[in-house]
Amino acid sequence: MNAALMLTKIRQMVRSFGLPRIIIALFLFSLFILAPFFNVNVATSLSDTLNRFGMNAVLVLAMVPMIHSGCGLNFGLPLGIISGLLGATISLQVDVAGPASFWLAILFATPFALILGWGYGQLLNRVKGGEMMIATYVGFSSVAFMCIMWLLLPFNNPKMVWGFAGSGLRTTISTEGYYLHVLNDFLKIRIGNHFIFPTGMILFFTVLAFAMWAFLHTKTGTAMTAVGSNPVFARASGIDVDRIRTLSVVLSTWLGAIGILVYQQSFGFIQLYMGPFYMALPAVSAILIGGASVNKASILNVIIGTFLFQGILTMTPSVMNAMIQTDMSEVIRIVASNGMILYALTRKTEAAR
Amino acid sequence: MRELSTKQKILRFMANNTVPLLFVVIIAFGVPLSGYSPTYLAGEVISRISRNTFLIVSLLIPILAGMGLNFGMTLGAMAGQIGLIFTTDWGIVGIPGILLAMIVSTPLSILLGWWCGKILNMAKGREMVTSYIIGFFMNGIYQLVVLYGMGPLIKIISPNLLLPRGYGIRNTVNLIGIRKSLDNFLMIRIGGVPIPVGTFLVIALLSVFILWFKKTKLGQDMRAVGQDMEVARAAGIRVEHTRIMSIIISTVLAGYGMIIYLHNIGTLNTYNSHMQIGMFSVAALLVGGATVASAKIRNVFLGVVLFHLMFIVSPMAGKRLIGQAQLGEYFRVFVSYGVITTSLVLYEVRKKRERGMSGLALAQDQEVTS
Repeated sequence: MNAALMLTKIRQMVRSFGLPRIIIALFLFSLFILAPFFNVNVATSLSDTLNRFGMNAVLVLAMVPMIHSGCGLNFGLPLGIISGLLGATISLQVDVAGPASFWLAILFATPFALILGWGYGQLLNRVKGGEMMIATYVGFSSVAFMCIMWLLLPFNNPKMVWGFAGSGLRTTISTEGYYLHVLNDFLKIRIGNHFIFPTGMILFFTVLAFAMWAFLHTKTGTAMTAVGSNPVFARASGIDVDRIRTLSVVLSTWLGAIGILVYQQSFGFIQLYMGPFYMALPAVSAILIGGASVNKASILNVIIGTFLFQGILTMTPSVMNAMIQTDMSEVIRIVASNGMILYALTRKTEAAR
Repeated sequence: MRELSTKQKILRFMANNTVPLLFVVIIAFGVPLSGYSPTYLAGEVISRISRNTFLIVSLLIPILAGMGLNFGMTLGAMAGQIGLIFTTDWGIVGIPGILLAMIVSTPLSILLGWWCGKILNMAKGREMVTSYIIGFFMNGIYQLVVLYGMGPLIKIISPNLLLPRGYGIRNTVNLIGIRKSLDNFLMIRIGGVPIPVGTFLVIALLSVFILWFKKTKLGQDMRAVGQDMEVARAAGIRVEHTRIMSIIISTVLAGYGMIIYLHNIGTLNTYNSHMQIGMFSVAALLVGGATVASAKIRNVFLGVVLFHLMFIVSPMAGKRLIGQAQLGEYFRVFVSYGVITTSLVLYEVRKKRERGMSGLALAQDQEVTS
């Protein structure tokens, strides 16, 4: 009888956690176990995973406000990324060397994120129910529009523009000499030869994540959750639904801008033009792998999801390559991440209006 | 209803055809700027009509069934490409090669379409974004099959097709055997412009099929389902089945369309060709004045001409205007995505307004009765 009770309990846990998540978690776990047998260094792998976690976590965190307010998955993340890119390029144009350039980039990115986010929010308020498809295409068209702008805007720092033409930004710009590894190297802890803990980057994410958690527990934050779970009820209790939704979109866009700056300082390059094009999909699938659904997400989902997703991205190339002498990681990434999004989209949710 | 004045009629016409009119304006500036000769442009446009129309027509049936723009048409494109890989491997050339590729692609398309329809039935109300992700997901499976499965599991005879490592298809497959064979069948020239009558006949046949299909029982069912699923269900229509059928037909047609498209181009980019096709087809259809809720054959033809005219002239126009061809290329990408975004937004706004109006009408009715 006890065993039967256990079984139902386990079944319940599986159901609440979702089968695809368990498969992905087990897959990652087995990769870590298999790694030493194929001469893959676990310490390096863990260090890489942590590093990539830090790089991407803020971008994943950017999903949270919009999911909370019922705007769905933010496929329009490229818009936030573009604000970040504008901040980054202007900061490099001003040509302040060292860590100050990172904070300057955040400062310059903020007004763009606020304005673009506000406009994007206004647009999404007019298309309730169809947000996700429109968000996707808002992202795409803004990336394409900025491609034109990167060519035409009057930047002239020789480290950024094409050498032979003297105008038009390069497709990739190095952050070396500016904010390369400013967060990575801040208070970093080296354990052994292979493991580096990027304290600054993780700390930066922790601060933002805590701020987001605290915000969701303020009056406005609770109102946001109310709007997301039942807009009719929220309106009846006197909440200005459209204003709250706009606020959530602005927050998402701003976090997207910060997220790409964190990403760049670790990655070492600013990727312009078609760079931000498909950046929304990994962030979306990461938060879904972490246990979020189309209308529910928590900070814990962000942390678990980013770790699992980035863990698989780091582990599959090295372990699979050693195991079967072929690099199938790209295929696994495509199938796992898009499969996860499909799974979430086909769940029945009350948000399906 | 009172008669509308001419001015009001013009205004309404403009409001209903914003996107095509905007394109006419862009082209009116772009064509003289590019400096291309009319003969060259006519030839290019005709070649693109023959290349793309079949693909775009495949989008019509799901719109009829109220499922929006079927971004999952990439599934059909993948099936078509697999058909082409096999026929190239078997060395069957000319029109028989095209026909055989179509025959091979059909069961695959049906299977994929059925699966896609099943998934879309689980995601009612957000079919478009779901079909879009399905395209990405299937791309992963496609790569698994073509890049790893072909060779060891699925027999490929010709070593020219395989990567040097012994398995997986090469990045580009030369379709020299079937290249333009349908286009050159019954090719005529009018004033130096080649016209592929063979392909046009196939397209005409397809258009007649679509017009006929809309009048059949299944076509009528689809229209009913598209208007209101619940009413259709009450009327005894098998809603889920009808929706799956519409996606299957769309996928099969997209497969044929992809084969015609690639036979005109002559090379298959094994891992890229299918990815862009959905976006370009959808954009062209919308440029022709179609909406998410209604699309007709004439939208397809108008769309192909306008969209591809813009596509041909914009790099050259950008080069002449600012000295950078790259600019024109980014411009046309921006316009393609911009058109899709605008149409989607207009559709949602209109849907919301109609819902609001029907709510008001209901309130009025109740006031009268009480």
